[in-house]
Amino acid sequence: MDTKTIEKIAKLAHIQLQDAEKQGLAEELSKLFDWIEELQEVNTDHTPMLMSVSETALPWREDVITDGNKQKDILANAPKSEFNCFVVPKVINDE
Amino acid sequence: MNDLIALSLTQAREALKTKQISATQLTKAYLAAIETQNPRLNAFITVTADRALEDAKRSDAKLQRGEGGALEGIPLAIKDLFCTNGIKTTAASKILANFVPPYESTVTSKLWEAGAVMLGKTNLDEFAMGSSNTTSHFGNVINPWKAQNSEKNLVPGGSSGGSAASVAAGLCLAATGTDTGGSIRQPAAFCGIVGIKPTYGRSSRFGTIAFASSLDQAGMFARNVADAALTQQIISGHDPKDSTSAPLAVPDFSKALTGEVKGLRIGIPKEYRVEGMNPEIAALWDKGIAWLKQAGAEIVDIALPHTQYALATYYIIAPAEASSNLARYDGIRYGLRSVTESGGLQDLYCQTRAEGFGKEVKRRIMIGTYVLSAGYYDAYYKKAQKVRYLIREDFKQAFEKVDAILTPTAPSAAFAIGENTQDPIAMYLNDVFTVPASLAGLPAISLPAGLSGNGLPLGLQIIGKSFDEETMLRVAYSIEQQAGFKGLV
Repeated sequence: MDTKTIEKIAKLAHIQLQDAEKQGLAEELSKLFDWIEELQEVNTDHTPMLMSVSETALPWREDVITDGNKQKDILANAPKSEFNCFVVPKVINDE
Repeated sequence: MNDLIALSLTQAREALKTKQISATQLTKAYLAAIETQNPRLNAFITVTADRALEDAKRSDAKLQRGEGGALEGIPLAIKDLFCTNGIKTTAASKILANFVPPYESTVTSKLWEAGAVMLGKTNLDEFAMGSSNTTSHFGNVINPWKAQNSEKNLVPGGSSGGSAASVAAGLCLAATGTDTGGSIRQPAAFCGIVGIKPTYGRSSRFGTIAFASSLDQAGMFARNVADAALTQQIISGHDPKDSTSAPLAVPDFSKALTGEVKGLRIGIPKEYRVEGMNPEIAALWDKGIAWLKQAGAEIVDIALPHTQYALATYYIIAPAEASSNLARYDGIRYGLRSVTESGGLQDLYCQTRAEGFGKEVKRRIMIGTYVLSAGYYDAYYKKAQKVRYLIREDFKQAFEKVDAILTPTAPSAAFAIGENTQDPIAMYLNDVFTVPASLAGLPAISLPAGLSGNGLPLGLQIIGKSFDEETMLRVAYSIEQQAGFKGLV
C-alpha cells in the first residue's frame, strides 16, 4: 500500500493528512493487510455472510411521530448556528 | 482503607437498607477516595461531586421511608461513552471534548431509576478503540496494581480502563463498560476484578456512542461475581429504542449463583492453547479446569477450528462499522469544528476530522474505509462476514456438547505503559481470546483467578450460550469460591 492509495482513502474518509502521517499509515496498513491476508486460506465458497448475530427479525412500528419540538436540544451543541439553523460554509457559487 | 469502602456492593446495600450507614456517608467516602487517588490514576474524566451528593440525599430520604430501588444509594461510575443528560460525554476524544448530551442512555437511565448515585464519567481509549487506555485525549489511565519490586506504571487494559481501574482501586462500587472485542473483559483481567459482556441484544445500545454496532454491548464491572450479576441484571432488558435489543425477559441472574456446577459440561477449546502461550496463563487455565472438575463438572475437549481467523476478521468488521459510525463527526451539528475556514464545506469536514480524531481512531477509520471501498469490498468485508459466520457455527456446534466454555481472558498480565505501541498488530493480539465470543455475539465474563509470578492479577473467561448468562455466572461463581482471589479493596 503506497501513499497514493492512502491519499485516496483519506479523501473518501474526509480526513486531511500530513505527508509524514501518510508514510506512517502506508507502512502500518501494509503490514496489517499482509496479516489479514490469512483469511484467504479459509474456504467460504458456500458460506453465507453473517451481517448480524441477532436471531430475531427487526421489529416494525407504525410510521408516526413520537416526539417533537426539540429544536433547542438539537442546536444546543452546534459549533455555529443562526436563525435556528446549522451554519455551514458557502456551498453555492455566486456566478 | 476506609471501612465504608471495604464494603462490597451487596454488603453496602444491606447496610443502607438497615440504616447502619447513609447514602451520603457512603458517597462522601467515595468522593474523598477519588480526590486522593484520581490525580495518580486518571480514571475519571469528569467527577460529578454535586450531582452525587444530590443523588445521595434523595436516596437517604427514600431509605428513611423504607423505600428505594435495587441500587438505592449505591455510588457508581459511568464509562464516558454513555450519554448522560446535561453532563459532558466525551468518548475520550478531542472531537467530543465539550459535548453535553441533551438525553440519557437507556443503560444509565435504568441505573438511576434503580436509585444509583453517579460519581462521574470514567476515562477510556478514544471512542473505545484500544486495549491499554493509552489513546485517550485526556491522558493514560494507570492500573492501581504494580508488579512486585517495581514502581513502573502499568496499563489498566482497554478500552474501559478508567472503569476497571476505578472499581479495582475502590473509587466506586461498580462501573459500566462497553465491550466490542474485549473492552470489558481484558481490563477486568488486568485490574483483578469481574467484568461481564452480556449476549449481543441483552442490553440496549441507545445513547451509547457507537463504535462497531454489530458488536458493541454494555456490561458491568464489579469487585465480585455477585455484585456484577446484580448490576448487570439492572442494565439488561428490551428497549424499543434499540432495534437490536432482544424482546426477552431478563432472568434473575443472582439466583444463578448457587455454587453448584455438578454435572455441567465445560468445554476446553484446544485452539486457545496457542503456540508460545505464556506458561503462567496456561497454568492458571489448568487450575481453573481442576477447580471445576473438583466441583463435579465434566471437562470436555472441544474444537473451535476457525479461532485463528477471528482477530483478522474482527479487524475488518470493527473498523468498517467504525468508519461508517464515525462519519457523523463533521463539525456541523455537534463536536469540534476546525477554525480554519479558508476553504469550502469539504475542507471544513477534512480539517475538523484531522484535528479532532487521534492517531488510532484515524487508523481505524482508514482501515474501515479501505475495506468498504469499491474493488476491495468483496475481498475483505464480504470475506470477513463469511468467516464470521463460520466462527459462530463453530460455537453453535461446540454448544451442542457443552454448557459453557472456559478459557484465559488475556494472553498476559498488565504490561507497562508504552509497551506494544510500536506495532498495532502486537496491541491487537491482546484481544485474541476475547474477540471470538464477540463475533459470535455470546455472553462472556472475566473473573480474577490468580496472580502472576510478579504479583499481578490474571483472569479466566467463561463463555456462555446465547442468552444463557445464568450458566456462565454459575460457573464463574464456583471458580470464584475456589480461587479465593484477594483484590486491592
